[in-house]
Amino acid sequence: MPATNVSKATHDQGHARVFDLADLSLRELNQALHQLTPGSNETAWEVLNPKGSHSVAVGVDQPVAIDVRGSVGYYCGGMNAGGAITVHGSAGPGVGENMMSGSITIKGDASQYAGATGRGGLLVIEGNASSRCGISMKGIDIVVHGNIGHMSAFMAQSGNLVVLGDAGDALGDSIYEARLFVRGKVESLGADCIAKEMRPEHIELLQGLLDRAGVTDVKPSEFKRYGSARTLYNFNIDNADAY
Amino acid sequence: MCGIVGLFLKDKALEPKLGAMLSEMLISLSDRGPDSAGIAIYGAPTGNEAKITIQSAKPERDFGGLDAEVAKAIGAPVSIAVKSTHAVIRTTPAKIDEAREAIQALRPDIRIMGAGDVVEIYKEVGLPEAVVDRFDVRSMTGTHGIGHTRMATESAVTTMGAHPFSTGADQCLVHNGSLSNHNNVRRELIRDGMKFETENDTEVAAAYLSSKIAHGKNLGEALEGTLSDLDGFFTFVVGTKNGFGVVRDPIACKPAVMAETDQYVAFGSEYRALTKLPGIDNARVWEPEPATVYFWEH
Repeated sequence: MPATNVSKATHDQGHARVFDLADLSLRELNQALHQLTPGSNETAWEVLNPKGSHSVAVGVDQPVAIDVRGSVGYYCGGMNAGGAITVHGSAGPGVGENMMSGSITIKGDASQYAGATGRGGLLVIEGNASSRCGISMKGIDIVVHGNIGHMSAFMAQSGNLVVLGDAGDALGDSIYEARLFVRGKVESLGADCIAKEMRPEHIELLQGLLDRAGVTDVKPSEFKRYGSARTLYNFNIDNADAY
Repeated sequence: MCGIVGLFLKDKALEPKLGAMLSEMLISLSDRGPDSAGIAIYGAPTGNEAKITIQSAKPERDFGGLDAEVAKAIGAPVSIAVKSTHAVIRTTPAKIDEAREAIQALRPDIRIMGAGDVVEIYKEVGLPEAVVDRFDVRSMTGTHGIGHTRMATESAVTTMGAHPFSTGADQCLVHNGSLSNHNNVRRELIRDGMKFETENDTEVAAAYLSSKIAHGKNLGEALEGTLSDLDGFFTFVVGTKNGFGVVRDPIACKPAVMAETDQYVAFGSEYRALTKLPGIDNARVWEPEPATVYFWEH
């Protein structure tokens, strides 16, 4: 990347390096983020005028804070490993897809498949999430302040999905070992997903998740827990005729 | 993929800018579909004229003298306004069906893009920017409009395979997705008297709505019917003479964002399409729910 290009349209404002997407391309932003090395002093970034751009701050692999001022399109923060990304707006489909670690906070709403296949880190959606939230999640923790749409946590393998509002149809269809905590109404449960007892260790786990997500006005006891009935784990010989 | 947009104005002061606003919305989604693009613009009703938008691959040959010949055939005044490969034929509303038949008899190669009291439809192969430039869409005035940029899946990349599809007076539809039972529904609609120009799945959806409306349903009821009768993936945006509607299939994997202010209701496949609209930062922005009909009427 030509460093001169970046220097003319980015500047330090306070302690943050400001990157205005009205002047610079998305590729320049992401390349600048990818060039960060361990111990870099550029630990605070601010992105202006995202205007629904795709792939904002994808592939960050250093513990830097990135504030995005506005709404983003597809795949914001995808593959994040260690970054603390805050979107001061709403996010399009696939926010935090395959996140490894770090955190992503969406101040507005998130579109479909938020946190899909995420392996670690914390995704907080302060508004509502759409359909397929946490689909195939593999270790990520997701906290949604509002509601989630249908087919959320489909084939979820591990990690925790916490929903302060309601969940749509077919929650946790074909779920493996992820834990789902829903405070409001669940429209329907998917195949092999059942309500489970909230034991003391789950209350403790959920309190920790709420603390990490900055939720202070809600108690773990207000939630119900859902998870796998584990009846799909092994082939049932009685179903052999179906194949 | 495909990209679709729609804009329904509440504030009359914006009407002179409808074509420009809708053009920018569509151009912003160019990378969702490079094959063809189209826009339908609903102008202000005049009360004493109806319009037919026609298209020809050989406009010099087909459009020359057409107004006089159609006028003679139907016994009423006819005007023609040519824009590149398209032209708008205007005549009195009572003579519109006769004019349509006369055009097809006089110039068999001409394709009818749409007809009605207010709608004009322009669509061609190419990127949205080229299409809106070719037809000078930015200068068009109107109350509402819809647009589409296509990545073809179900039928050939041709002018007639481009959206919007119009199958009834002042009715048209754009679609992101693909239908799987369109052949069967087409057969049923043909039995019901509907006519088809293409093998395209979206034309079936347009004709389905036109058929329901012809049987007395309102736009909302017709859209509701798509949820049970059409199988496949769809986000539809439709226009009627005074209305604008949106519906997504129950799976809702085709993206959709809407925004509403005191001045307009806007639809885009992505938020990117809405970012240049006036007052968007303070608009109510939301993702339309699956299997839920939204419609507005003037």
